[in-house]
Amino acid sequence: MAKKVLVIAESRENELRNVSFEAIAAGKEIAAGGEVIAAIAGENVSALTDSLFHYGADRVIKAENEKLSTYTSDGYGQVFLQIINSIEPDAILFPHTSMGKDVAPKLASKLDAGLISDATAIELDGEDIVFTRPIYSGKAFEKKKVKSGVILATIRPNNISALEKDESRSGEVFSEEVEIKDLRTIVKEVVRKSTSGVDLSEAKVIVAGGRGVKSEDGFEPLQELADVLGAAVGASRGACDADYCDYSLQIGQTGKVVTPDLYIACGISGAIQHLAGMSNSKVIVAINKDPEANIFNVADYGIVGDLFEVVPLLTQEFKKVLQTN
Amino acid sequence: MNIFVIMKRTFDTEEKIVIENGKISEEGVEFIINPYDEYAIEEAIQLRDDHGGEVTVVSIGSEEVEKELRTALAMGADKAVLINNEELDESDQYTTTALLAAYFEDKEYDIILGGNVSNDNSTGQIGPRLAEKMGIPYVTTITKLDIDGSTATIERDVEGDVEIVEAQLPLLVTAQQGLNEPRYPSLPGIMKAKKKPLEEIDYDELDIDEDEIGAKTETLERYLPPKKEAGKVLEGEVDNQVQELVKLLRQEAKVI
Repeated sequence: MAKKVLVIAESRENELRNVSFEAIAAGKEIAAGGEVIAAIAGENVSALTDSLFHYGADRVIKAENEKLSTYTSDGYGQVFLQIINSIEPDAILFPHTSMGKDVAPKLASKLDAGLISDATAIELDGEDIVFTRPIYSGKAFEKKKVKSGVILATIRPNNISALEKDESRSGEVFSEEVEIKDLRTIVKEVVRKSTSGVDLSEAKVIVAGGRGVKSEDGFEPLQELADVLGAAVGASRGACDADYCDYSLQIGQTGKVVTPDLYIACGISGAIQHLAGMSNSKVIVAINKDPEANIFNVADYGIVGDLFEVVPLLTQEFKKVLQTN
Repeated sequence: MNIFVIMKRTFDTEEKIVIENGKISEEGVEFIINPYDEYAIEEAIQLRDDHGGEVTVVSIGSEEVEKELRTALAMGADKAVLINNEELDESDQYTTTALLAAYFEDKEYDIILGGNVSNDNSTGQIGPRLAEKMGIPYVTTITKLDIDGSTATIERDVEGDVEIVEAQLPLLVTAQQGLNEPRYPSLPGIMKAKKKPLEEIDYDELDIDEDEIGAKTETLERYLPPKKEAGKVLEGEVDNQVQELVKLLRQEAKVI
């Protein structure tokens, strides 16, 4: 049966995050011929609405207010609730990002609804919408559905493919008038720390370092490789515990779970907790001095060698071949 | 200050997952306090030491959770509460929230702390769901917490960036890694913990309507990911290995 699906889109630094388009594709699947409505909130989001149509939205709702310049659960929660109440969707999809993780459970609680977090795939089984999600940080998976009522889910970046961009598509943009009141949490300041601007959870390529990088400076060659590839830099718990880098870079059972197209593990031994966070990456490259290192058991390609020798050579080689294209 | 921590017992992070008859096998599994909840417990103890008051750690589960609750008491918490849900047929984040909200109904609290996510189901829903149900503000993934009077100044991790947030008590916060270094229970701590109060409540003693708290979601299947085959370890001079790797990534794997 055709369904009405609301997709909450998200922007970062005035650009829509790719996971917004992936969520629209997921929404199309669930809608089964029904309507997909994308909603975007922020201080000034008018420039972003076209792409939501290009990637498949049938209708777009924008909510603009100066109090929405940074995300707060109260501010965004009010806006999304108002939109939900006015369109009464059958399903609501959020990106599984910092924002989605924070606001979706609040709305699920408000609506007394079931919420499936961190979905990596969607299939239709008769009338049921079945979501796949990792459990135990990717050591296992489960298939889950919402039993009745409105269906809420957060969509993990990089797993469901966005639809092909179609610039001929357009539609009507509705402006939701919002009055934001009673903000109980106030964001005083945002300190930007992510260096390259490539977010770990959405990165297509990740260059990660472990204890083998030996120091804070040891991350420099990794960053140089990441810059050439437009990649994000990550780390193992070992590297974080040794103070070589910030905990926000940690990938693993504690830390982030990532599924990029390419994961380059440099000087990472491959403890089970780290593997849980990255072993579902599409292609894994391991660079390690120890040929017995566990990381080679999950790697598609391995180089046994010193990362301080291999990584700079790799950077040079990529520079060369990427330039000639 | 009335400080509460919501805590979950989870598999040790070292554990491999075995599925038997569609369920995750718990045979021979080592359990621990969910690592993110450990940060919450440590922060709660530090808050009490700085501001006075009492730390109560609350968990939901079977009698076996007593072990992890004793560990929390040994770390320095004052009281522990186990809401026993063994007799409850089905439960999801909606159910858990309803039980916790019913427990907190007649309690006085200034702050409730929890982990931002559990390392088993990893939904991260309970904190925000509970705060919403209780009508209090919440801040997730916090890495620093300062309380002055009734104002909390918080640093939170937002995908690598840091947000500085201000909120008023009563408040719920969820801990992110980096918040603190959880202490190990000391020997005197372990001895003292044996005498600290650990209250067990059957879930049906709470003020709930059992028909209203049933799970909203259902698990249809659990499975292990396909085992990854060990790949190709390159050979030869380093220069050649690097050239070959780049070629393979572009032509065979087609990821660059």
